[in-house]
Amino acid sequence: MLTLDRNSADNTPKASAGAVISAEGLDLTFQTNDGPIHALKDVNLDIHAGDFVSFIGPSGCGKTTFLRVMADLEQPTGGSVTVNGVSPEDARKSRAYGYVFQAAGLYPWRTIGGNIRLPLEIMGVPKAEQADRVKRVLELVDLAGFERKFPWQLSGGMQQRASIARALSFDADILLMDEPFGALDEIVRDHLNEQLLKLWARTEKTIAFVTHSIPEAVYLSTKIVVMSPRPGRITDVIESTLPRERPLEIRDTPEFLEIAHRVREGLRAGHLDE
Amino acid sequence: MKSVLPVMTVVGAVLLFWLVAVVPMNMHLVADQAQRDGVSVVPETPVERQAYSGIGLSLRNLHLVPRTYDFVRPRLPAPQQVAREMYATIFEKKITSKRSLVYHGWVTLAPTLLGFFIGTGLGILLAVGIVYSRVMDRSVMPWAIVSQTIPILALAPMVIVVLGAMGIQGLFPKSLIAAYLSFFPVVVGMVKGLRSPDAIQLDLLRTYHASNRQGFWALRLPASTPYLFASLKIGISASLIGTIVAELPTGAKAGFGARMLVGDQYGQPLVSWAALFAAALTAAALVGLFSVMERVTLRRMGMRTA
Repeated sequence: MLTLDRNSADNTPKASAGAVISAEGLDLTFQTNDGPIHALKDVNLDIHAGDFVSFIGPSGCGKTTFLRVMADLEQPTGGSVTVNGVSPEDARKSRAYGYVFQAAGLYPWRTIGGNIRLPLEIMGVPKAEQADRVKRVLELVDLAGFERKFPWQLSGGMQQRASIARALSFDADILLMDEPFGALDEIVRDHLNEQLLKLWARTEKTIAFVTHSIPEAVYLSTKIVVMSPRPGRITDVIESTLPRERPLEIRDTPEFLEIAHRVREGLRAGHLDE
Repeated sequence: MKSVLPVMTVVGAVLLFWLVAVVPMNMHLVADQAQRDGVSVVPETPVERQAYSGIGLSLRNLHLVPRTYDFVRPRLPAPQQVAREMYATIFEKKITSKRSLVYHGWVTLAPTLLGFFIGTGLGILLAVGIVYSRVMDRSVMPWAIVSQTIPILALAPMVIVVLGAMGIQGLFPKSLIAAYLSFFPVVVGMVKGLRSPDAIQLDLLRTYHASNRQGFWALRLPASTPYLFASLKIGISASLIGTIVAELPTGAKAGFGARMLVGDQYGQPLVSWAALFAAALTAAALVGLFSVMERVTLRRMGMRTA
């Protein structure tokens, strides 16, 4: 197991009953020129320590918005969310989570190592420790040896792995991932999914993962949250019965297909509501 | 080096056009002089010749064509005349001489550089203010745009005269005009550059709880570098033009602007043309210098240059 010596005097208390992220009656309405858009309506959800939770649903179902609310990148208009038992803003300020965006968003004038060092520099991590951490997270995402390369010298999949390494570098307990593999091809995606599961097992992080791929959601998750649009809401929460150890072949087992079927049914039901 | 051929092609075309234009442009003057020298000219009197266009007269006096390329006070000097004048005033005069173009060049270059540094500094500061302060965005930007709608030819003499009345002369008033012209492209470019980071790059800093200052140094400033160089290249040539404009209407005794004016007033077109080309070459050299700096800097930053 890999622990990146997190400060033991961490001031973020774990919420009671083990809920790392907890949403209650969450509402969010965007005011646009075309009138209000109800992005999230009465969303209730508990995410527990060590969970791998996927959010799946069609565009406009509010899955990304929900993730951004957890990250304090959007402000809810009603209800409450806690992250590590505190408000998302306090959680963000205590650097409680790492966020992986849809695109790698690497800074082109920084090397891969430099990009991973960015959060460490901002957080004031000592230089010697920075080098250490960069090395470790690069190994974790299988990019050892690419530290001095510039982003444009790497493929899309490698860039996205570098962005995951960047989110891991300051060793937050929570990883928020917004369709990180959405722009990658199937083969690269399978590979990265497999790696992500291994990484999750090794680091014991709590992961919230937005996707619109059913196989990806079923393969990765311990809990699948099915959402539907207009207004954005949760229509089903599926606890996965798959074991934690998951080779890619598990996707051909009846158990896997059954869960995938239930997700598909949930998505369809959400559509029929309209 | 692939860019050399297209550039040389354009230069060649311009030169060819120039060479052809020299003949009709100077033909009337050359014909008058030839007549005084006892050479036969068709038609025979200057009044009659006025009825002809430059081209028409040239076609009737093909034997006078060589003379148009070597006329003492041409309306349009030939390229080699300008080149000879430039060579003479750049290399054959001591640089302390009042007739040396190097001397005049420095008189113009010094306020250009000073004004450019003032303008660039001011432009960057204003851009940072505009990007970080909503109040400045609303108040400064419109004025910056309005400032560029005032004809510099009208403004420059006023500034020079007013400052002169206050006892400020020489380098500084010219620098002020240069700064006035160069700050604007820097403001516009830097505002665009500082705002160029995309939503993901900005959100990322927010998730790190980075301060504005950290965001500036880690993201906004490096992201604006390519924009800054584009602005600097426009700004430095604008500065040079500003300085020359400041020299023109005020009876300046030295500088490219003064040489252009002197040549015009004393019927020495070659002096004007030599100063004009020297100014153009100076501007090209300054822009070239920034291009090299741009390439080196961006390469060092790992960014691919287009």
